Amino acid sequence: MQGVDIIINLLKIVIVFSALMLCVSIMTWVERRLSAVIQYRLGPNRVGPFGLFQPIADGVKFLQKEDIIPAEAHKLFYILAPALAVIPALCAFAVIPFGPTVTILGKQIGLVILDLDGGLLWAFASTGLGVYALVLAGWSSNSKFSLIGGLRSSAQMISYELPMALSVVSVVLVSGTLRPTEIVAQQAGSFLHWNIFGGGFQLLGFILFTVAGYAETNRNPFDLPEAEGELVAGYHTEYSGMRFAAFFMAEYINMMTSSALGITLFLGGWQLGLPARWLPEPGWLLWGAQILAFVVKMAFFQFLFVWVRWTLPRFRYDQLMNLGWKGLLPLSLANLAVTAILVVYGVVGH
Amino acid sequence: MELIAFFVLALLLIASAIVVITNRNPVSSAVALAFNLVAIAGLYMVLDAQFIGLLQVIVYAGAIMVLILFVIMLLNLREEAKAHPAGTFQRILAPVTALLFAIVIGRAVWLSAPSSFPEKTEGFGTAASLGKELFTRFYYPFEAISLLLVVAMIGAVLLAKRKVS
Amino acid sequence: MIDPRLVLVLSAVLLSLGVVGVLTRRGAISILMCVELMLNAGNLAFITFARINGGPDAQIFVFFVMALAAAEAAAGLAIVIALFRLRGTTDVDEINLLKW
Repeated sequence: MQGVDIIINLLKIVIVFSALMLCVSIMTWVERRLSAVIQYRLGPNRVGPFGLFQPIADGVKFLQKEDIIPAEAHKLFYILAPALAVIPALCAFAVIPFGPTVTILGKQIGLVILDLDGGLLWAFASTGLGVYALVLAGWSSNSKFSLIGGLRSSAQMISYELPMALSVVSVVLVSGTLRPTEIVAQQAGSFLHWNIFGGGFQLLGFILFTVAGYAETNRNPFDLPEAEGELVAGYHTEYSGMRFAAFFMAEYINMMTSSALGITLFLGGWQLGLPARWLPEPGWLLWGAQILAFVVKMAFFQFLFVWVRWTLPRFRYDQLMNLGWKGLLPLSLANLAVTAILVVYGVVGH
Repeated sequence: MELIAFFVLALLLIASAIVVITNRNPVSSAVALAFNLVAIAGLYMVLDAQFIGLLQVIVYAGAIMVLILFVIMLLNLREEAKAHPAGTFQRILAPVTALLFAIVIGRAVWLSAPSSFPEKTEGFGTAASLGKELFTRFYYPFEAISLLLVVAMIGAVLLAKRKVS
Repeated sequence: MIDPRLVLVLSAVLLSLGVVGVLTRRGAISILMCVELMLNAGNLAFITFARINGGPDAQIFVFFVMALAAAEAAAGLAIVIALFRLRGTTDVDEINLLKW
């Protein structure tokens, strides 16, 4: 690898990392204002116009809290768990293409950090590693609420990894490749070519993926393990200050990663959804529009996450596990079977 | 570049393996083993076996180790007790035997393996090449292993069920 | 580039460390974990040979070994749970009902 390539990769990493962190802080504001709109009340509106500086105030609040470690807690894992939560969440975003191949100063640069041959597997590997943070946080806090919350959260996460993986496998059947950049490239053209519509007939797969995504990220209606009033706060009961903020960040980043995966697989990634003859010439107008399309789709998904959280009541834990194993899993297997038949008879597939 | 990656990963591998075999707290050795497995996956990626490396993280580090951690926490296992004084002879003999074992295998390997890797063949380690072989030449073993997994699942559920008395 | 003999020696070292673990540990689950360590050492050797010979055969073997390890871990842990319910401990030195 030449030096220029290394610098370009580092730049991409810095850009994606800062964008993700910025989006996390924007999301805290969006969550609070949007929940206020849904619940017919005002949200934070004192800290700057429309409460826009609220994330900064939150950050300062977290930073100045006392650093508490419970008495008999296992120190190493207690300190390690928040980091273990954030790192896999960030790593999963590395394979997601957030833009087309742009040409800067005569050099072709694909707007994806890692163009792996098995890119989707990398995303699954990273989200799978996120389970350790929950288990270790719950165990190392030396508290019954934390332990039960941690075990429940991780059991929920691994249960819903299956329907998620199976719906992704259906998309892989249609696309014939595990590489996210190719999957996005195959969804070019009008939006009817997206995998969710005519490109792959994956509407059921998309719904399964989104529902499993809500359960994977421990968001309502699947947030029993961490809801107040249920288990105090589940695996992050004993955490305060910046450590709790790290778990918070990890949850938002997981939300964004799962939305980004869903967009790449089902909604055409950065494709604009317009037929080729309506698109302008390849240049910064087109590329900027495509990156913007990706951002808009992500924003829609985040809005959906917040909307669903503040609208639906939450599942009881056994209802949640029932839904995962007896509802979503058979449906995703059926989706896989139907997709396989469609691919064999040439209705879809590349 | 790859040499640096290899040496760093090898160091991490041996260090975490030593933690696995010596630490008395089962959760600590489980987490060290998970770290070990991810490091081995890194080594697979260095050796260009991308698909197997990612599969290693998903299956081993992401599923099997979580299962082991779950069982440790459900059984609420404490720190392991100190070893019996009666077994002192065995506890000295074990590392010595293992060392001899390692020396014999290491020497055999040193004499028989080539001293540098050949060029990577086209499509080595990709999902496509493995899938093609798996569903044509190795079709019967594939079906057999899926049957084995079902049997293991049923066996595990039956063995761990609480008897309704 | 890396010397394949170094990787194979590393795999031998990991194997022997796993052997020490199996022989020395007292908890049943710890012994299972050391067995996983040995299996992984073997997998590492397989992948090295796959890279030397260039085909998919050894990688398929690794695939099957991984699936087997998963099945064995599940069944083994179920046995440990059943044993724990019976004897109240996973210490293998206490599982001596069949001793002469």
